[in-house]
Amino acid sequence: MVMIKYIAALAFIVLGPFIGAIVQGIDRKITARMQGRVGPPILQPIYDVKKLFAKEDATVNGVMDFYIILALFFAVFAGVIFFMGGNLLLAIFVLTLSTLFVIVAAYSARSPYSDLGAEREALQVMCYEPFMVLMPVAMFLVYGSFEVATTVDIAMPLIVYMPLIFISLIFILTIKLRKSPFDLSTSHHAHQELVKGMTTEMSGKTFAAFEIMEWYETVLFFGLIGMFFVSSAWWSWLVAIGAIIVCYLLEIIIDNNFARVKWQTTLKWSWAITLLLFVANIAILSFI
Amino acid sequence: MSGTSKSPWIIHYDGSSCNGCDIEVLACLTPMYDVERFGVINTGNPKHADVFLITGAVNERNIGVVKQIYSQMLEPKVVVACGACACSGGIFHDCYNVIGGVDKAIPVDVYVPGCAVRPEALIDAVVAGLGALEEKRAALELASSYEAKELAKAAEQERLAEAASQPLLEEPAKTEEQTDIDINADEEPGE
Repeated sequence: MVMIKYIAALAFIVLGPFIGAIVQGIDRKITARMQGRVGPPILQPIYDVKKLFAKEDATVNGVMDFYIILALFFAVFAGVIFFMGGNLLLAIFVLTLSTLFVIVAAYSARSPYSDLGAEREALQVMCYEPFMVLMPVAMFLVYGSFEVATTVDIAMPLIVYMPLIFISLIFILTIKLRKSPFDLSTSHHAHQELVKGMTTEMSGKTFAAFEIMEWYETVLFFGLIGMFFVSSAWWSWLVAIGAIIVCYLLEIIIDNNFARVKWQTTLKWSWAITLLLFVANIAILSFI
Repeated sequence: MSGTSKSPWIIHYDGSSCNGCDIEVLACLTPMYDVERFGVINTGNPKHADVFLITGAVNERNIGVVKQIYSQMLEPKVVVACGACACSGGIFHDCYNVIGGVDKAIPVDVYVPGCAVRPEALIDAVVAGLGALEEKRAALELASSYEAKELAKAAEQERLAEAASQPLLEEPAKTEEQTDIDINADEEPGE
């Protein structure tokens, strides 16, 4: 059992970026098909990062590189804690730390585009962080533990106890995956009014590190979705994979059908929806 | 590392054209032509771009902008002049403020004729630009390789040694002469 933990962590470190890249490639392909285009090859994100590594070395300042490397490190660290079945609360705090380093890196460029992008990212953190901290609290109320590994030992999956909180999680993931209508800080698609927002001043290897960080984050978010569906039964893992696919397809549909909203709307919606659903879920739980 | 030719990200800048070519550039991104098949993304950010598509002629007002965008792009980079105006000034070549084609401001790798330029020709141009991009990347890799660095270091040391051996014999003599003259010049008015 101890071995499985280490294998899971190693699998995340080694396979994580590949899964993330392929998922991003499939995302771009499906997006293209939805727009009536052929779309790039599935491995396009890998080609992009390979190209970025071959670019000339030039950064606005050395500090930015350092912060982005730290952001990448903490994103991986958060994933390792999560996939080893460790403390969910700790994993979420470490993930937030990673995002904070990206914000500081964007600020360090002293460019109006990346400054505004960093401000918006900070606002997005404010939008989802209350929920991200409350989610493990709800899990503690159900299981009496913050350990992710507990989900595998209990017959009833989390989704049975926390359906409303799961809906909130999907809402929050749209912000965390930086997908439209919440792609305020930086956009995956055509450039926005902030050019590329936070990542405007990142180039070459620094930008490649940011992309790899997003791949790791994507896999970690898949883990968060899967966590709600796995139980002690073996077939629950298949249900979890199915749920991850359905949720990600839903994210792609949302991404392609909604125009970007203002940060005020993001803040209002995210707080209203997630906190209301959280309170409702907790109230129902206390009656059962 | 052949990733360079598989993901040419572009930045598009309109010099002083009639917008005909710009619309054709954007047409390349539509479902009809869909250049994202080849990994092309319109970034709008010189720091992320590999291919610089310019439409329209260079004039007194925008030459600085064109040069700045070019200088912000990282090597390896390729410039594609799209349309008659970008190639030579086109129909605007006689205007008092027009300097001429894009090559008057920055080095151009691919010239695409046409007024307005056809999207098919643009796709061909980007593909032709990929060859140049690949060559530049190989040159960049060579320049940063170990042997190239050693050669450059040896050449630099030789140059420094040469420079050190020559002026030491001459310069002190010069300064002495100068001081002599200065002293004399100061003394003369006093006497």
